[in-house]
Amino acid sequence: MTIKRLKTGIIAAATISACLAGSAAMAMESQFIGSLVYRTGPYAPGGIPWADGFADYIELLNARDGGINGVKLELEECDTAYNTDKGVECYERLKNKGSTGMPAVMPLSTGITYALLDRVVADKIPLITSGYGRADAADGRVFPYVFVPPATYWGGADIAINYIASQEGGYGNLKGKKIALVYHDSAYGKEPINTLNTLAEQLGFKFFEFPVPHPGLEQKATWLKIGRQIRPDYVLMWGWGVMNATAIKEAAAVGFPRDKFIGVWWSGNDADMVPAGDAAIGYKSLQFNSVGSDFGIHQQIRSELYAKGKGAASSVEGTGEVAYNRGIQSALILTEALRTAMAEFGNRPMTGEQVAWAMDRLNITQERLKEVGADGLFDPIQLSCADHQGKGRARVTQWDGKQWQAISDWIEPNLNMLRAMYEKSAAAYAKEKGITPRDCK
Amino acid sequence: MLYREAGEFKSTYQADQAILTIRQDRWFMWAMLAFAFLVIPLISSEYWLGTILLPFLILALAALGLNVLTGYAGQLSLGTGGFMATGAFAAYKLATAFPELHIVVVILLAGLLTAGVGILFGIPSLRIKGFYLAVATLASQFFLIWMFNKFGWFTNYSASGVISAPPMSVFGDAFVTGPYATAEAKYLFTLSLVVLFALMTKNLVRSNIGREWMAVRDMDIAAEIIGIKMLSTKLKAFAYSSFLCGISGALWAFVYTGSVEPLAFDVNRSFQILFMIIIGGLGSIMGAFLGAAFIVLLPIFLSNAPHWIGLNIPVDLISHIEFMVFGVLIIFFLIVEPHGLARLWQLLKEKLRLWPFPY
Repeated sequence: MTIKRLKTGIIAAATISACLAGSAAMAMESQFIGSLVYRTGPYAPGGIPWADGFADYIELLNARDGGINGVKLELEECDTAYNTDKGVECYERLKNKGSTGMPAVMPLSTGITYALLDRVVADKIPLITSGYGRADAADGRVFPYVFVPPATYWGGADIAINYIASQEGGYGNLKGKKIALVYHDSAYGKEPINTLNTLAEQLGFKFFEFPVPHPGLEQKATWLKIGRQIRPDYVLMWGWGVMNATAIKEAAAVGFPRDKFIGVWWSGNDADMVPAGDAAIGYKSLQFNSVGSDFGIHQQIRSELYAKGKGAASSVEGTGEVAYNRGIQSALILTEALRTAMAEFGNRPMTGEQVAWAMDRLNITQERLKEVGADGLFDPIQLSCADHQGKGRARVTQWDGKQWQAISDWIEPNLNMLRAMYEKSAAAYAKEKGITPRDCK
Repeated sequence: MLYREAGEFKSTYQADQAILTIRQDRWFMWAMLAFAFLVIPLISSEYWLGTILLPFLILALAALGLNVLTGYAGQLSLGTGGFMATGAFAAYKLATAFPELHIVVVILLAGLLTAGVGILFGIPSLRIKGFYLAVATLASQFFLIWMFNKFGWFTNYSASGVISAPPMSVFGDAFVTGPYATAEAKYLFTLSLVVLFALMTKNLVRSNIGREWMAVRDMDIAAEIIGIKMLSTKLKAFAYSSFLCGISGALWAFVYTGSVEPLAFDVNRSFQILFMIIIGGLGSIMGAFLGAAFIVLLPIFLSNAPHWIGLNIPVDLISHIEFMVFGVLIIFFLIVEPHGLARLWQLLKEKLRLWPFPY
């Protein structure tokens, strides 16, 4: 018997048994949503809250409004364990499920993002990478199916320098200052280097690079050099997983002031601060969402889901962690895109191509954020055919030993400089891959 | 009854030296090839071709390469991931520097470059043996990955250190890389290469080179005394093994994922390939394929199985169950047959000869 027929047989049997079990027949076709998560593996502590936030917001829409415009949402997760091979398998497994297939994919890993770049173009499924992945995908002319709201690593690097300048009393005072970058030695960690080099040339500060090999448990030599020899004025960090807590502890060991130590958003998870203990107090991190657990959206999730025992997280305390809020934000971007698409194509399940059309016109305004109870939690996002990033703003937060506190307003990166860099890099990619950039009129 | 050599007389040297001497084996092999080339592309979905069979074939090729080095020549290596990365980056540099080169030429040249690198890292094998050699090859693994990360030249100065394959076709519109390549084209292209190299390897290990490798594996001092040159024999094994690993890495980067970062070939990949040949069977061509099937296909089957039978369990639980069942199965197979799945296959064939009247 062929494998395919065997599979069909098993699926048929499963469907029949499910029907016999008395599952209610749906009145209307539901919208399938595939979610690539990592609830297992070495990075699970950061992946679980994200997955819970994503699932809770989707479930909230189902429980409160019966889905989007009457179309129920049907969420299926696939566990990648942050492993690229598994991630690709998950994507291929989920992409054709439901009546219209996966409306968008959020791979939650830079490695999986790169592995899917070609595939999403062929499958016409938008790839939404919120705060990770290829920064130059902000150029929507070369990357019609890749979207990077709300921020990119290059933007993050610029925001960090922007913040340091404001601390030092203006860009002019950065001349001669020493800024070091401690980064995870992978595609992810290397993303900000070009931007920082460019800025160092423009603003006249000295820039030092410190690669940390995966997984980042051994940083003694790095921090001895930072703390004793170079003594930079500020240290930036592009770290991941266990590397974050290790770096903070090493910084404390060499006496580097934590309030001059600024991490990117992936170095700003609650789960990474707790193991560092008191050493983490005063440490700063960029966040592309704001922090807190008492926004309207959290209250609704608690009253609609957790009060009825339907929440995804194991306890209600988890709702409001930084990673959890990011999960909500990703779900919000996707569901708002679905709404936009439905307004154009009618209230039924949307295909990936229709969602890509909607992502090109996505506009999550301040008013809309107020309606969903996330005013102040997220920054408004407006995309266009050519601009797949939006404003790209982030804010600086500081760890007080128990939770993150926002200590700055939304900081805007230098969009003109970034846009020129995105376009240059995207053009090189287009040339290499033989892509003709689309016309964005 | 059905499978036996009685009545099959060989009247030429050619027939006597054939790879498959029993007629039924030949039929089986032709049937397998016909099934793989003709039937599978027709009946399989894109998911099966592009996500399950493609990585299986590519990793089987890498396992074949490592099996030459470890299984046939007895040189334990943990550098497979590094050699695959070398193949991938060499193919990328060649394809971007000379866009007019044909993909087959690019892949073969990438294999040859990797063979050169393999020879370089094989030199320590002349002085160190066994587990110590494993550590020396581990150094090559870390060095190569570090090198591709460190020097921008290898990635054409891309900001993230990621390489991506330009669209390339075998002929006309038959693209095998890039977004418009169909899963069928990718599968058939990879399958052809893998079959070709498997045949080449099979013949090589039956030739005098292969016999030298096996002599070195079984007892290097004895081999040296009967006149086998250690230097050239060991380096040949490193070269050919790296050649296959390089090709497999190039296929992984170009045909399977399309874009890779060096971390895709980290030390875990080396271990994965090593486990393939240990479970599949050291010193066996069949073993490389069986081992790759076990390591690649079984986890996918285990993570899909609860869904197929209609069970609705959380994904993290599925992942944990998958780990446990997979671990138990590895232990089970190693207890039942320490010489790997290939040995089980052989036992099956021996039993089949006597069937249905065993004595």
